[in-house]
Amino acid sequence: MIEAIGLKKVYKTGQIELEVIKDLSLKIDKGEFISFVGPSGSGKSTVLNMLGCLDTPTSGTLTINEVDITKLDKTALANFRGEQIGFIFQSFNLIPVLTVYENIEYPLIMIQNLDEKTRKDRIENLLKEVGMFEQKDKTPDKISGGQMQRVAIARALVTNPKIVFADEPTANLDSVTAHMIIELMKKIQKEHNTTFIFATHDEKIVSNVDRLITLVDGNITSDIKQGVQGE
Amino acid sequence: MNNILKISYRNLLRNHRRTLLTASLITLGVVFVLIFTAMAGSFKNYMVGQITDSMLGHLQIHKKGYVASVDNLPLDRNLNEKALEFITNKLDKNEFVSSYSFRIKFGAMFSNFTSTTNIRLNAINPKDEFNTLPSLSSRLKEFKGELKVGEILVPELLAKGMKVKVGDTIVLVANNKSGSVNGINLKIAGIVEQISGPGGRDGYIHMDDAKKVLRIKDLEVSEIVVRLNDVEKLQETIKSLKPITDQRNKMDKPAFEIHTWEKLSPFYNIIKMIDIMNISIQIILISIVLISILNVMIMSVYERIKEIGTIAAMGTPPKTIIKLFLTEGLMLGIFGAVVGSVVSLLIVFGLDAAQITYSFGRQSELILQPTLTFTQIATVSFIVIVISLIASISPAIKASKLDPVEALRSN
Repeated sequence: MIEAIGLKKVYKTGQIELEVIKDLSLKIDKGEFISFVGPSGSGKSTVLNMLGCLDTPTSGTLTINEVDITKLDKTALANFRGEQIGFIFQSFNLIPVLTVYENIEYPLIMIQNLDEKTRKDRIENLLKEVGMFEQKDKTPDKISGGQMQRVAIARALVTNPKIVFADEPTANLDSVTAHMIIELMKKIQKEHNTTFIFATHDEKIVSNVDRLITLVDGNITSDIKQGVQGE
Repeated sequence: MNNILKISYRNLLRNHRRTLLTASLITLGVVFVLIFTAMAGSFKNYMVGQITDSMLGHLQIHKKGYVASVDNLPLDRNLNEKALEFITNKLDKNEFVSSYSFRIKFGAMFSNFTSTTNIRLNAINPKDEFNTLPSLSSRLKEFKGELKVGEILVPELLAKGMKVKVGDTIVLVANNKSGSVNGINLKIAGIVEQISGPGGRDGYIHMDDAKKVLRIKDLEVSEIVVRLNDVEKLQETIKSLKPITDQRNKMDKPAFEIHTWEKLSPFYNIIKMIDIMNISIQIILISIVLISILNVMIMSVYERIKEIGTIAAMGTPPKTIIKLFLTEGLMLGIFGAVVGSVVSLLIVFGLDAAQITYSFGRQSELILQPTLTFTQIATVSFIVIVISLIASISPAIKASKLDPVEALRSN
């Protein structure tokens, strides 16, 4: 599903070149629940951004669902993200002027341009699935952090993406809420066979993923398939 | 598109105080321009109406070279009977011409038996003159009926200076074409209110009296004053009267000349200046709208960098991001244009109802009657809306070009 070969990312600041990712190669299959871990500055977010088509590698090839991402321009990348990828952010990033329902609806009308009935069915099902149906008419400032992250998950899933990227999705949540959010994502992964890729420090996520990739200084130092606690 | 409108509208309401301030500024600019246009238009229309309807007509026909020497009021450059027959034949057949009037213009000595002064006179056929210049009667004080043979209409200032009034008898003394002097007694039938411009201080006598004092036997006039059915068709009329201007004299030179009121009246330059001022004020409005919207939209982009990063990350194409910001600017412009137009119409209505008077030169008690046409409102609104759109282009492009990764990192 995702195949990265020799990915390299170099940032230039004036005359100084900083090699953040050095020759990264990996394969990720459909339906995997996977996390990148590593110390701060190890390149987790950069890898996530490249795999999520937000950033382009300096060199190497990246193929997602048989599409060579490195050959797409800005608009084609945006369309690809809109069709295939969902994002969950650390600080939720909901649009403050839209209600819960409208935030989830946003990618369907602005990106996928679906008709109203299809949108309504899909959004209401997801709202029920993430337990936010009762709050659908509230704006983000009227709901809690955990609820915002549920909405963000629903928004990431509403386009039926093949892959969901989540950068520190539980960092701004208390431990109980974080646990509920992880359980929710795990449930969705099983039901929809969606690939979830995290970048996190959170032990609760680390102990729940199927595969753990450790990054140190832009290199993969370990790639472990693990049995999930409790299973 | 509905969704873009909805999101843009809510984004504007996000900082409602700033939006309201910007929209108010645009509204104020629109009101300022429209009120100025309406008031300047009122003044312009009044003055043009006064000049064309009570003095110059819409255009005048003379023997070639007459206008160049009009200050001398030459009698040797009059149109003779043959020329008049040719010209009137063309005028009678012209679809644009409503009416015309013959005039003999000459200078004379005006005496009240104790003192004497100069006077410029128009000798007229009253019916034709009042028909061609429908507002002339509104300039006449203490005058009833029609100017008869043996009567004179005296300019206001001259009447004051010479201490004469309606009913008094005066003597006119004039030189004819050959230089001999002749005089005639006339009774003052009315006082002519003066207006700005050439001929604004002329007196009027009957054509028959002029012929008598100037010893003119045949039909002979200095000028033909023409009124059109529609003053807007001035240039079309000039074209249609080409056979007159093309007519050659015995020396194979143009025999006649036609001048529009614009060429004859120095007030036309004032009108031009009013139009230039109007354009200048519109440029100021454009600047206000441009700077206000540019400022708001740039602030809007900087405040929402993370949000732009989010929607870009979700897959919103750059074109859609551009549309979102353009729509915000457009909405501000439309709001300003619509509210500004409505407020302007209400103010104009109020000014009309208030019947405010003003003075211009020696003319006083002129009533300010501002009007706004649909074209004027539509033009100003169109300018505001287009400028709003133009002002939003740069911030919109900036937003669309933001790197999602960088944008998501911002706070």
